[in-house]
Amino acid sequence: MEDPTSAEAVHEGLAHAPVRVMSARVKLGTRLVNLYSRRELWRNLVISDIRIKYKGSALGLLWSMLNPAFTLGIYYLVFSVVLKNGYPNYVIFLFSGLIVWNMFQNSVFSATGVIVDRAGLVKKVSFPREILPLANVGSAIIYFLIQLVVLIIFLFVFHHAPEWNMLAILPITFASLYLFAAAVSVVMSAITVYMRDMKHLMEVLLQLWFWMSPVVYSYENSLSVQLAAHHIKMLYFLNPMALIVLTFQRTFYVNTLVHSTIDGHAIKMLPTWQPSSFLYLNLAMLVIMGSLFLISLVIFGRLEGNFESEL
Amino acid sequence: MKQMVVDVSDVSKSFKIHYERHQSLKERLLHPRTGHSEDFAALKDISFTMEEGETVGIIGHNGSGKSTLLKCICGVLQPTTGEIRLRGSLAALLELGAGFQLELSGRDNVYLYGTMLGFSKKRVDQIFDDIVAFSEIEHFIDTPVKFYSSGMYVRLAFAVAVNVNPDILVIDEVLAVGDERFQAKCIDRIRRFQQEGRAILLVTHSADQIRALASRAIVLESGLMIANGDVADSLRVFREHLLGDTPSNEVNEHQAGDVNIESVTTPTGSFDVQSGASMHFDVHINSAHAYSGNFVLEIFTRAGVLVSRSDSQGSPINLRPGRNTVGIDLPNIPLLDGVFDVNVGVLDPRGSNVKAWGEKVATLQVTYGGRQGGLVELDATIRQN
Repeated sequence: MEDPTSAEAVHEGLAHAPVRVMSARVKLGTRLVNLYSRRELWRNLVISDIRIKYKGSALGLLWSMLNPAFTLGIYYLVFSVVLKNGYPNYVIFLFSGLIVWNMFQNSVFSATGVIVDRAGLVKKVSFPREILPLANVGSAIIYFLIQLVVLIIFLFVFHHAPEWNMLAILPITFASLYLFAAAVSVVMSAITVYMRDMKHLMEVLLQLWFWMSPVVYSYENSLSVQLAAHHIKMLYFLNPMALIVLTFQRTFYVNTLVHSTIDGHAIKMLPTWQPSSFLYLNLAMLVIMGSLFLISLVIFGRLEGNFESEL
Repeated sequence: MKQMVVDVSDVSKSFKIHYERHQSLKERLLHPRTGHSEDFAALKDISFTMEEGETVGIIGHNGSGKSTLLKCICGVLQPTTGEIRLRGSLAALLELGAGFQLELSGRDNVYLYGTMLGFSKKRVDQIFDDIVAFSEIEHFIDTPVKFYSSGMYVRLAFAVAVNVNPDILVIDEVLAVGDERFQAKCIDRIRRFQQEGRAILLVTHSADQIRALASRAIVLESGLMIANGDVADSLRVFREHLLGDTPSNEVNEHQAGDVNIESVTTPTGSFDVQSGASMHFDVHINSAHAYSGNFVLEIFTRAGVLVSRSDSQGSPINLRPGRNTVGIDLPNIPLLDGVFDVNVGVLDPRGSNVKAWGEKVATLQVTYGGRQGGLVELDATIRQN
């Protein structure tokens, strides 16, 4: 390899170097190319994010499992033991939805304030700013994967086989989840620069959102009949988390019809759609989520021009 | 053929100035239309280019827009209109250590900062040892940077930015890093950059630094580019504008332009001198009014290194209306072989405002027959005890 510090090498290198253009507005295509070219920064930000979060804590990354385990335990206690909802294998049902929700909530919650929190960096170093919220989504993926492993361990422990046909659909669903979490995170991080209240508002909104998604309760058992009676089933599915959670539950919990552990009567747990219906629905959702993500980048681009004077 | 590395064309940047900031939702809802803002033009139609191997200095007062221009070039800010084209990699030292995460170790931060500047992990791997050696914090590289002293912190940041060997290095008044020895090291590194044909864009208040490092200088004044060219010419424009900026509450008779440095002469008419000999300058100053101020003499090498700055040492010179002559006696010139530039100036008694300035009003040609090397005669005697 030739010496990269010789004057000739510098000259040669320059002759082949691409030209970058800085202008008032970065086009969407350029934005995507920039993002892709800085994937190493994204990876480093994700790693440092996780390191900082668990720095100095004795249990470290284990907390990313303990935390949802406690949540899981509490919901199990409340709904299965105290309120006696009678769902068999409720832990599996709960956990397969909860990991999805956790991924979404972790991303959005940490990304909402990220541009404001790292104002010093945003004002002094040049890089595509949307990488910051996207890095938060990245670390949420890591926690998701860890929790997914725990879920798989649960499946073994409870001798509960997943629906093999559905497994092939999961990557598509996960892509939708990623794109949706990313879109919301990117937009929220930019809006928070202009309206600092967003951070607090988001806390409340996410709680509402959680109960609007069928994580704790069974959609089919608790809601579908009433929604159908009022012809507002579609409204419920405007929340992309609903379909994502249902797909995960259908894959890991499997059973659409179960018998109550309390009195043995039949409970409709999950929609009886065929795997092929799930596939088509998920493919459609992926397209919509992809578009949402692109739109979020455009919105971010509009808003980032004035970051400097607002931060 | 020299490649163009920076091409700034018609760049303007305006900021919104908020008179009332409504940043919380409640305030926005309560006052949807108030909180008016005004546009402030920080940069107005700036155009210039830079070739590889060039070192361009940007100089201007506070608020002249120099940092804004730099931020636009680095991509931290987007220009409101116009565009900037860059060729090759760019590393910017706008604020040292801006990207550091306090909780992480120096090692982790080197990688994070390196990738933030846009370089691959592989490249940072290759130069990691150089970075650590340059920053001189080998023992603390695995310590979280929150335990670093401020000097260690900025040294590490500087080391990363210069060792990734960018094609364009952008520096914003950060050369005052660390102790003098480390500063000298930074200057050395910048000179090596210049030899390697990399481009450097330097923003500073200090005319000395521009003289020492830059091959060209740009002067900004309230967002306008008022000079772009030879360092000496640009610095003259800069000085002249310093004059124009004398606060207007100063008495009118002290207004700009009423004191002028006309010429510098010697009794023999020649500026050639033997090292060690004495020399006399006469500085001819035209003054419209009686003025009492401080007189300054600076001597520079051709490379722009300040050899000496002397002033009238508290005893002001008293200018009469009309033509004045100020004599300067140099009893024993200790300079060795070389060509030296002479600047003279009249400052106000407090020494803060320049009243008149003569940049490179004379060129001193020193000849030396002895065997010493360097800039000055030390007359060292070397013997064994």
